[in-house]
This record gives sequence, C-alpha cells and structure tokens, in this order.
Amino acid sequence: MKKFLALLLALVMIFSLAACGSSSSTDTTADADETEETSAETETEAETETETADSDNPTVTIGVFEPLSGDNGAGGKQETLGMQYANYETPTVEIGGVTYDVELVVVDNESSTDKAVSAASQIVAAGASVVLGSYGSSVSIAGSDTFADAGIPVIGVTCTNPQVTEGNDHYFRICFLDPFQGTVLANFANDELGATVAYCLGQLGNDYDQGLINYFTEAAEALGMTVITESFPEGNSDFTSYLTNAKNAGAEVIFAPCSTSYAQLIIEQAASQGVEIPLLAGDTWDSNVILAAAAGTTQSIYVSTFYAEGGDEAFEEGFKEWINSDSTNLTNNGGNDTIAAVSVMGYDAYYVALEALKNAGSTDPADVMAALPTTTYTGVSGAIAFDEIGDAERDAAYIKVANTETEAWDFVAVQTIG
Amino acid sequence: MASFLQANLPYILAGISVGGQYALIAIGYTMVYGILRLINFAHGDVFMVAGLVMVYASASLPMYISIPLVLIVTMALGFVIERVAYKPLRTAPRMSLMISAIGVSYLLQNCALYFTGGLAQVYPSIPWLSNTVTIWGATTKMVTIVTPILTIVLVIALVTFIQKTKMGMAMRAVSKDFETSQLMGIRINAVISTTFVIGCLLAAIGSLLYFTNYPSVIPTSGSMPGLKAFVAAVFGGIGSIPGAVIGAFVIGICENIIKSMGSNWTVFSDAFTFVLLIVVLLVKPTGIFGEKATDKV
Repeated sequence: MKKFLALLLALVMIFSLAACGSSSSTDTTADADETEETSAETETEAETETETADSDNPTVTIGVFEPLSGDNGAGGKQETLGMQYANYETPTVEIGGVTYDVELVVVDNESSTDKAVSAASQIVAAGASVVLGSYGSSVSIAGSDTFADAGIPVIGVTCTNPQVTEGNDHYFRICFLDPFQGTVLANFANDELGATVAYCLGQLGNDYDQGLINYFTEAAEALGMTVITESFPEGNSDFTSYLTNAKNAGAEVIFAPCSTSYAQLIIEQAASQGVEIPLLAGDTWDSNVILAAAAGTTQSIYVSTFYAEGGDEAFEEGFKEWINSDSTNLTNNGGNDTIAAVSVMGYDAYYVALEALKNAGSTDPADVMAALPTTTYTGVSGAIAFDEIGDAERDAAYIKVANTETEAWDFVAVQTIG
Repeated sequence: MASFLQANLPYILAGISVGGQYALIAIGYTMVYGILRLINFAHGDVFMVAGLVMVYASASLPMYISIPLVLIVTMALGFVIERVAYKPLRTAPRMSLMISAIGVSYLLQNCALYFTGGLAQVYPSIPWLSNTVTIWGATTKMVTIVTPILTIVLVIALVTFIQKTKMGMAMRAVSKDFETSQLMGIRINAVISTTFVIGCLLAAIGSLLYFTNYPSVIPTSGSMPGLKAFVAAVFGGIGSIPGAVIGAFVIGICENIIKSMGSNWTVFSDAFTFVLLIVVLLVKPTGIFGEKATDKV
C-alpha cells in the first residue's frame, strides 16, 4: 500500500513536471495552435499545411523575440500584445501579388542574456522572414549575432541602447535612442524639477540601465548638475539602503531606469520609508505595473516614453476592445486595459514589417533586409523612417507623471533636445 | 556619535529586519541538516511558494483565513516533499538525497513559472504589519520592528520544544545517532516529518515578513534569500539553531552596512556574503557554534 502511494505521488510529480516543461519553453500563439511546440522545420511545414487547408493562402512567418517571463516579462507581454492585435487586425499581407497569411512565432527569451541565443535560434529554425524584438537592449544585443548569421533582418521595438544597431546591417529599430532619451531626462530634471543633485540607480551589468545612466550623467553634468551613481546586483530586493544613500546625499531626483520588477520594489520602499524625492525613469517604467505600485502613495514618478494616451482614438478603442474580449489578453496586459507605450510600439513594428515585406516583394529574408532601409511608415506613434545606421529618426519624447489617485498617466510635456 | 547613529539608523534597521528573515529560513536548513545530514536545497523555494500561496489566497479570501492557510499549505508541502522525494532515498547514498533536493528545487521554481506566467506577483499588504512607523527620524514599516522580536520569540520557543518535550528529545537523539535511536524504538519517520514541518512553518512565517517588506514574488525569489540563509547556517555552525540565528543577523547587518559605504562598495554586498562563506569554511569549517566532528569507530 505504501509503495503504491509512493508510486502514485511520484507519477503526479512527473506529470506536473511534464506540464511545466511544455509551457515554459515556447508559445507558438500564431493561430491558437498551442500544442505546436518546437522549431523543427518539419513541424513548421506541417502547420503550414494545416493552415493552407483553412484559407488556401501561403504563410509568411514573422518571429517575435520578446521576454514573456523574468524581470521584463510584464513589458514584453504588453509589447507582444500590440503585435498580436495588429496581427488580429491585419492577418494577411500581399507580397508580389500573392496574398500571404501572416503567422507570428512568439518565442520567450526570458529577459535573460543566456537564454536569448537559444530563443533566437528557435526563431531562425521556424523559418522567419523578419523578426520583431526585443523589448530590452541586453537581450537584443545577445541575440543579434544569431540573426546576423542566419541573414534574417530584425526590427528592434523598444530597445534603446545604441549598441543594438551599431556596426551591423541586419538590426533596425523604430524607437528613439538612449543618448537622446538620457539628454531629454536630464533636461527635464534640471528645467522642470529644478534638481541640482541627481542620484542614479541601475542594475549591475544591465546594458539598458547602465547605458541610459551613462548618457543621463553626461547630459546632467554638462548642465552643471552633480550626479551620484550606484548599482545593485541582479535579484536584489532590498532597496532601503540605496534610498537612504540618496537621501543622505541630498539628491533632488532619483533616476532609476531599471526593469519594472525592481521598480515595484523601489517605489514601495520609497513610499514606506518616506523618501519624498521624485523618481525619474525611462521608457520601461511606462507600464501599469508602476501605476499599481504607486497607487495610494504620495510618490511622484516621471517617465519619458514613446506615446501618450489620446494620440490615436481609433487605435485605442479597438485595442481596448480586443484586450477586454479575451481574459488571457487582459491578464497579459496586467489586469486592466491601460495602453502601454510598448504595445503601441509593438503594433507599429508589425506594420513596418508588413510594409517591408510588401516592398521586398518576396518572403526571402535577404530581400526583406534589402528593402528595410528605404521602408517608411506612419504609425500610431508617429512617422518612421530609418537612417543609415538603421535607427528611426525620432526627435521628441513624451514625459508623463503617474497619478497615484486615478492610477493613470498624466501627460506633462513633449520634450525635445533642440 | 548620536548624529552618526541617527544617519545610519535606516541601514541598521534594514539589516536587523532582513537578518531576522534570513534567520527564520536558516533554522529550516540547520534543523534538517542536524537530523538527516541533508542540505535541503528546496528550502528557499518552499519559502517562495509560501509567498505565492499568500498572493493567490489573499486575492479571494480575507486576511484572517489566508494567513493560517499559507502556514498550513506550506507545512503540508514540506511534509509531502519529505515523503515523496527524500523518504524513499533514506538508505541511498547521501549524494542521491542531495540531487533529489536540487530536483525538487527546480520543480518548484518551474511550477511557479507555469502558474505565474513568469510575471512578478504583487504581494498583498498585511494590515498593521505594513503600516509605516517613524523611529528617531527614520521611517520604516512595522514589520521591520516586528521581525527581530518575532524571530527571537520563535527561536526561544523552538529551543524549549527541543529541550523539554519528548519529541524534542527524540530529535536530539536522532541527530546524535540515526541508527541507534531507531534501535531504541524512536519512530524515526515521525521525527523527520516533524522536523520538516517545523522548518517549513518557520519559512512560511519568514516569507510573510520578508514579502511584506519587499512585496514582489517571482519564481526565483526564494533562491537568493535561501542561499544567504544557507550561508548563515554554515557561518553559525550547521546543525546549531542559535548559531544559524546569529549568523543570519550578522549577514543581514553586514550586507546593509556595505551598501551604506558608498558607490564603490554597494556592488559587493552579495559578494561579501559568499566571501564570508569561503573564509568560514577555510578558517573554522564547523562554524561558530558547530559541533566538533568526531570519528565514530
């Protein structure tokens, strides 16, 4: 009897393990084909066949290289939602006179530089014509070489570090860059907040955090501000000492462009410690996760971002309706229908990819890569055109402040560096 | 001196509070080691699961039900882990047991990844514990003050339990000599299960306090506190309960003092913990209160 019980429990364990294993690795959310698991070409072909049976159209694959778990999981999911909504709105594209069904292959890079390479290989193996992603700069840089070797072009969505597109031909991006964002934020801190001492806090070894802090420091020091910089190790959850350091140093603004899971903790601890210094951050903090953490506190939180709500009513209505129509989407968007700027960027990235496919006139990655530099598109977030490095020419950032009562972002200013 | 203390009070408060939370986890490590000679790597993850259970329980149940529920579920989890993953290996080499523990650790982490979808879960704020208080100019949460007091009360209760009760006597006997105590008629399985259940109860209480302070639970939330609690247990002498508690407070306070030393030092706050582990192993491998290794002939 006891042996039987032990065996039974062991079996339960094995089954739960199997269940976990299948869900953590990949999500091929394309056309609700959840069981479609891996990357083997044969399977992709099999799926193509089942789809052609449905609609008689050939399929073009767009890879989605986003973090769906880990530190940037919340943001990555929102960015992916933007792409999925765009795919829902426009599921087909006409390439060279033939109508193709667009299939999104979503692969989770787990916000981690060591997982990024294998995630990128999975997209390559799925036969993607063009890739969208990623949310963060670190993983984009880590996955870049894999795409370069396969000759697949990538459109960076919200990775703002200059190194992503520097020195390569295959990486493009549709958002502004950190040197720009850092300067905008430094100007804002100096002009609007009247700060002369800034305290910067970033994650150790994170390209996005450290890069943005670096550009912020350069610009702030040029404006005559004093900047103190500290770093916390990965997985840290005790920020009280850092906040005390900021307070003791007489900082008038805390610049902490870290990922949202750390941001939650920083806001919470700042509020409970009574640190009344304004918090300032980059595009990552433009998320309802931050609003939820700030709700009911007296913390003032400013972010620079790509898009301010109210920019395009038709898009917003459609997107909110789509989010509310499906409980999974609602969960992935953080439980409510607040529109994150990253979703808007994901939405625009999808249409840029379609535009490039149309211009290329073929689904061959090499043709798409050749067509991308001249591709232009006017999206919800503004006009997108690439310069010779492959970066979008953007000259304005939106500054928003968290309203701790209504749990929404209030628009503050459009900031340029002119 | 007074002004120096006042300026640094937040660091010391943070250190004492995090030290108390490490202590509650470290006791679980040290008790299991004392009895089974097993380093239970899954203990940090049990701590994380307790946090997640609280997140989900409090979403639909009132606080006065969800807190006891968290404690009960965590104890049950500890019991089941021991019965399924460790008991069948009782006669196997100790290495197999350790590998099984690592397996359980990853199983729990991946299950958590599956249930949470990889997103950070916001821990509910527990009334009263989450209130802010001001001590001598430093603003902090009530939990910061409650933690060290609760830790010490629990440790005293635990030591009394081990010294005064029959079950405690059985535990001491089993930790002295596993086989002989079995021959003397001690029901070894009951003793081991009790050890796991007590360890998990303390981890659950630790998680209530820890996540009230740092209210975000991710699947790997347990690994860093778990690792540091393990270092604390080794530092104090693994197998010794007072040792684990003192080790945990030392680590918690030192970590925060290092963070206060300026920008060149803050990055080393984690490194310090592990350097301490190496130094202790080199200089005094049995820790401060560790029992002397005696060869049984």
